Amino acid sequence: MPITAEFEYVKPKDMDEALHVFSFYREKARALAGGTDLVVHLKENLARPEVVVDLKALEELAVFEMKGDTLRLGALVTFSDLIASPVVKNKFPLLWEASLTVASVGVRNRATVAGNICSAVPSADSAPALAVYEAEVIVRGIKGERRIPIGGWFTGPKKTALLPEEIVTAVELKVPSRKNAGCYMKLSRYDGEDLAQGGVAVLAFSDNTYRVAVCALGPKPSRCPGTEAALNGSKLGEKVLARAKEAILQEVFPISDIRSSKEYRLHMTQIMLERALEIAVSRLFGKGPKYGTENIV
Amino acid sequence: MKKHNIEFSLNGEKVALEVEPSDVLLDVLRGRLGIKSPKVGCDRGDCGTCTILMNGKTMRSCLALAVEADGADLVTLEGANSRKWTQKLQKKFHEKNAFQCGFCAPGIILSATELLEKNSKPTAHDIKEAIAGNLCRCTGYEPIVAAIEETVKGK
Repeated sequence: MPITAEFEYVKPKDMDEALHVFSFYREKARALAGGTDLVVHLKENLARPEVVVDLKALEELAVFEMKGDTLRLGALVTFSDLIASPVVKNKFPLLWEASLTVASVGVRNRATVAGNICSAVPSADSAPALAVYEAEVIVRGIKGERRIPIGGWFTGPKKTALLPEEIVTAVELKVPSRKNAGCYMKLSRYDGEDLAQGGVAVLAFSDNTYRVAVCALGPKPSRCPGTEAALNGSKLGEKVLARAKEAILQEVFPISDIRSSKEYRLHMTQIMLERALEIAVSRLFGKGPKYGTENIV
Repeated sequence: MKKHNIEFSLNGEKVALEVEPSDVLLDVLRGRLGIKSPKVGCDRGDCGTCTILMNGKTMRSCLALAVEADGADLVTLEGANSRKWTQKLQKKFHEKNAFQCGFCAPGIILSATELLEKNSKPTAHDIKEAIAGNLCRCTGYEPIVAAIEETVKGK
């Protein structure tokens, strides 16, 4: 299908040039990294930019490194880069696990983590993992840099805190200081390439505290503070589980759509929470299934 | 709109052409360069039939602007014979009747080529994961997975 919309294409050689283009064109400029969402939107006339700004020549966006206890994922880092990284697998295994569920290899070779959170669809698979690791999104505009905690990043379906004159330069994650283990449960119609009908990420700590986040179960990916409060301070047991499963129903707002009904999503939210908690806790003690796709619901 | 002069390597040969910003790579390959192995299927990145290798990695040519290919090394099935696994895979697919209509085959052969270049001892799970983004509506996948497994074993 050809793209019927007309737009200019620019590929800035340095950050200054890129930021000037965005400060001039604002909403009429669209950033291009992997293009796996943008090109679809251009074909379907959902995006009507005057200029498409290809960021792939900006070396500082390609940074992918661990400094001290902070991992910097430049805006050009793809899901395949992330999956191939032993550092991510060892230090942020939950993000590694979630990345394996994103689309398929041919898409992951191009699609970036930054693009995933900029598209900000409710089912963004990277979002619950970034939420429980309390990632920060680093954005830059002509006036300077801002650091936005992931908790304040998503403002609605396909909406973010990014201003029209800004671009995302990186996502940063800190290795949690306490011993932890996680699990990402993704509910999809088949094992393979599918959007999430629902996703639940759990990060369990050795001091019996927990972080829980979801995607595709409301208008935006989000943390579940009520569920965390029901769990915190307790060893995982039948009573605690029952409390958490009640609490999470107050924090998810699924809809019925082509992929499943609201009732099914609510039912499965509890099951995913239970399984993710059990797996995360057993991983904490060196047991449970290894990180990867085998344990997807 | 301002046109762009781009250059890239296509199956080992230099190609130079002028493209519009809105030209999609897949359409340029098929319509202007006569490269017909990548097919137009879903045209939105779900089916994998437009798969090509860009700088050694599989990608959806329906999800890239042609202008993004400037400076890249592109390989389509037409030019993949020099790669270690491609012809072996094709022979085994032929033997195992892993093609029926053949529409998905170029994409699946390239996805399998990429897999085997990275991992020459894949498990059945690795194989399924590697071709999860390539839809086949004829074979039910079993002969495809078997063909890839047997290519590795060199049977």
